[in-house]
Amino acid sequence: MTQPTIDLAAFGELQSTAGAEFVCELVDTFLVEAPLMLDELRLAYASGNADTFRRTAHSLKSNSNTFGALALGKLAKDLELGGMTPVREANGAPLDELELEYARVAKALGELARA
Amino acid sequence: MPDAGNGIARLLVVDDNKVNRLLLTRNLDLMGHRVSAAENGRLALDTMRRDAFDLVLLDIEMPEMDGFQVLEQIRADLSLRDVPVIVTSSLEGLDNVVRCIELGAEDYLTKPVNAVLLKARVRASLEKKRLRDQQKALMRRFATPEVAQDLQQSGFALGGKRVRATVMFSDIRGFTSIAESQPPEETIELLNTYYTLMFDAIGEHGGIVSHIAGDGLMAIFGAPLPLPGHCDAAVRTALDMIEMMMLFNVERSAAGKPEIRIGIGIASGDMVAGYAGTNERATYTCIGDTVNLASRLEAHTKTAQREILIDDATRAALHDTVALEALGPLTVRGKTQSVDIFAVQPAGTAS
Repeated sequence: MTQPTIDLAAFGELQSTAGAEFVCELVDTFLVEAPLMLDELRLAYASGNADTFRRTAHSLKSNSNTFGALALGKLAKDLELGGMTPVREANGAPLDELELEYARVAKALGELARA
Repeated sequence: MPDAGNGIARLLVVDDNKVNRLLLTRNLDLMGHRVSAAENGRLALDTMRRDAFDLVLLDIEMPEMDGFQVLEQIRADLSLRDVPVIVTSSLEGLDNVVRCIELGAEDYLTKPVNAVLLKARVRASLEKKRLRDQQKALMRRFATPEVAQDLQQSGFALGGKRVRATVMFSDIRGFTSIAESQPPEETIELLNTYYTLMFDAIGEHGGIVSHIAGDGLMAIFGAPLPLPGHCDAAVRTALDMIEMMMLFNVERSAAGKPEIRIGIGIASGDMVAGYAGTNERATYTCIGDTVNLASRLEAHTKTAQREILIDDATRAALHDTVALEALGPLTVRGKTQSVDIFAVQPAGTAS
């Protein structure tokens, strides 16, 4: 993994423009919303709903990049653009990878927001 | 409308994603604007139809109704199409950006939105909106609402289209001697009062004022928008104008000022209506024999010593019961055949 979990410059920029306290709340919101998105991705994958799959990956990508979670953003973008076929071909591995990266992001963001 | 004094505008953020919605709202809040938010396209349109906004920040990828559909609906809705929209999206692909712009979006910002760029774009869009609002207000001042609406819907183009309508000319009797007998300030005031009364009467019955020059005015009934019963509308307007002048004269007499008399000529038929002038300066008007006839009838009120004269075409189309006096044929300058003309008798005058 060449990308850092959180790009500190991007995160710092967010804090300075929106305010550290607000970013704290925003991280909390993300930590509630993101697991729901991961669930939705799994569900869409299981039921073969390509539209929801793409839209959810898109949403997750957008939020990841907001916080500087560039690696997570890249994984989500691959899902958004690649669709479900590559995931199926890899026996769901990209989704596992996404969830693992999210766990790292969640931990790092929680610490950074309260630093 | 943006509050010109303090630069505070009403903004609407449309995004299905909560983090995006909160962050964008926060950034706009920090700029001092009043921000509302909607979770999807359908709710956004509902909100826009309920409250007025100066700017909308619109996400594209949304469930139920996406941003493209919102842009389409905004453009199709006359009451919404002037509200600028900045698309904020992380959609991949230049073709999506192009599609947004083609659908009428003012600008496109890629998410995550850079706060500095956001501020600049929002400011630029609001400034453009302010200028457009100003322009519209100006247009309303110099054109009637109907012409302003026609301009907004169909755009400006020199040239005309054939319509069936009624034209009215009116002016003040002996205006020159009135103007000479009093200070110009008083004349301007008199004209302004006179025009206010006349515009009210004309607008009330669905007519538009096409020209004012000195003490004379020209009004059209039936263009740019068709007006059923345009002959009745014009005659009723004329009667209202006479009545208003009577009331106005009561005031003037009480103030020791001379009474004001007006003459009105009305004719109906085919004419060409449209914008005449140059691309830089033009006016909405009607051209044709009917228009000339109305003008001649107005001039003839002095000779005939009647206040309202109408042509036979107008008379024949009247549904209202109006007291008419046939004045016989009149040979009109520039016309080979004479025309039958009629005087409309104002209410309260002996027949």
